[in-house]
Amino acid sequence: MTFLIENISVLVVIVPLMSAPICVIVRNGNFAWAWATIVAFITFALSVMMLGHVMESGTILYKMGNWDAPWGIVYRVDPLGAFVIVIVSAIAAVVFPYAKQSIEKEIPKERHYLVYCMLLLCMAGLIGMAVTGDAFNLFVFLEVSSLSTYVLISLGNDRRALTASLRYLILGTLGATFYVIGLGMVYMMTGSLNMTDLAHLLPAVQNTGTIHVALAFIVVGFGLKMAMFPLHVWLPNAYTYAPSAVTSFLASTATKVAVYALIRLLFTVFGDVDPLETYGVRNSVMVLAIAGMFAGSIVAIYQDNVKRLFAYSSVAQVGYMILGMSIGNAPALAGGIIHMFNHALTKGALFMAMGCVYYVIGSVKIEDMSGLAKRMPMTSAAILAGGLSLIGVPLTVGFISKFYLVQGALAAGMWPIALLIMLSSLLAVIYVWRIVEVMYFRTPAIGQEQYSEAPLSLLVPTYIMLAAVFWFGITASYTGDVAMSAAQTLLGGSQ
Amino acid sequence: MIDYSFPGLFNYWIVFLLMMIGFYIVIAHENLIKKIVGLNVFQVSVFILYISMAKIKGGTAPIIADGINVYSNPLPHVLILTAIVVGVATTALGLALVVRIQESFGTIEDDEVREIEEREE
Repeated sequence: MTFLIENISVLVVIVPLMSAPICVIVRNGNFAWAWATIVAFITFALSVMMLGHVMESGTILYKMGNWDAPWGIVYRVDPLGAFVIVIVSAIAAVVFPYAKQSIEKEIPKERHYLVYCMLLLCMAGLIGMAVTGDAFNLFVFLEVSSLSTYVLISLGNDRRALTASLRYLILGTLGATFYVIGLGMVYMMTGSLNMTDLAHLLPAVQNTGTIHVALAFIVVGFGLKMAMFPLHVWLPNAYTYAPSAVTSFLASTATKVAVYALIRLLFTVFGDVDPLETYGVRNSVMVLAIAGMFAGSIVAIYQDNVKRLFAYSSVAQVGYMILGMSIGNAPALAGGIIHMFNHALTKGALFMAMGCVYYVIGSVKIEDMSGLAKRMPMTSAAILAGGLSLIGVPLTVGFISKFYLVQGALAAGMWPIALLIMLSSLLAVIYVWRIVEVMYFRTPAIGQEQYSEAPLSLLVPTYIMLAAVFWFGITASYTGDVAMSAAQTLLGGSQ
Repeated sequence: MIDYSFPGLFNYWIVFLLMMIGFYIVIAHENLIKKIVGLNVFQVSVFILYISMAKIKGGTAPIIADGINVYSNPLPHVLILTAIVVGVATTALGLALVVRIQESFGTIEDDEVREIEEREE
């Protein structure tokens, strides 16, 4: 037991990382699925244990090879990191069981084992980003997750998945390279890559041009990875044409972890500099966040492909997270953090429901979904419930995060921002209503009236995710406490 | 005062020249292979950035021996070894995707691919 606790921060990365090649060695789709699912469950159990440990006895510090920081690489897990790891592994533990039937339908049999190998690698990379305390190690894990993401997207059965993947590869690599450029400049000025060490060294050089340029490179680099408006162009097609299970996993984890990485860099590494204030960019970040919230939602209203509609809505939701970051007081930052979790659940459930739709009717176009409620009542109800959470109706998780954000905006005396948050939620009402109207109030096309619900192996994980949406919407105290404690730890660094 | 005179900081001039060439190719060229190669040039410029900053005039490899007092910093070299591996993997994956795009679209010109895609909408 002590062995487990001592090494837990490494185990959450190593377990999925080492399991991935086994899928390729065995080369059997069914085995790979069972294996990946078991690994996801184990990782989830470990990460929940780790979160409990961090909340109880504080930050975990693990020295790789027993080399002291700042010479060696350390893994450092604080409440925020542990929380993000729980998000990733929880989503994996729900999506992987779901993936089997969905992937059997969408991907040729001989490629199945590769999908699970890549899913495990992607998961390892994302968890690694949240666990590491070394800025260059962050880049390595970023690329582990990105490269597997490109492969996963290209596996979609539409040929446009290939171009979506390639365009994401080009922009994603530019983003990651921007980060490396920025980091190189930081290293030039400080001679360190350890995040805690950097936090002490940076204030002395904060007014040099090199650090200004470095920070710009870093923010734009991660802005690309997290689909911050207007750097989001890769996202809609990537999410639309990726296999359904892959979209559910990526939409709920990949952008969130990139948001986490930026929060980590701005509030821990640059924590003592307080870059938003020092460089006077708070307002411009806020404007970008709000522009993203509105542009994403408005474009979403006009989409005919429902998967793409939800993808644009993701762009808007990333805007809320950045907004929480830019307001910069504890409730708003907690709102941004909690929205990472809440949006992961909501979008996970919605994309899984869209996977059910695709499984049965073979299309995700809105005109093909007319009268869907008569044919697939369970799936339609799931989309409706997920849509309510997207809007932010009370009792769903979407309400909780918007509540925190509005509270933060009001506490900072920015009531127009609070008003804009409400307004952009109204836009969500429009695009969710469009889908609901088509599903519930139109008659199915002739010859398609028969009842044909998605199989249980798809519905059950979807409903588990939905149950979480409501569970954490009604009893918000635990996630709220974790997010508040994470936000206070982060802001404590800047005082 | 920073010395902006040409070729004062020759390596850095080259780094940013290469960086902009690579970036320009990625943005401006329609041919997907050229885009991937441009991306590669862009990445390589960053490798040179790291290697250049590690170099100290008169410095040698970091070994303990008599008469050697000035060392070049070995860490950026190691970092860039990792980045090179990442770059190779990215290029390989990118080119593999281009092959599959050629197989299913019959072209690797981005504008033609986009045209075909728009017709499918």
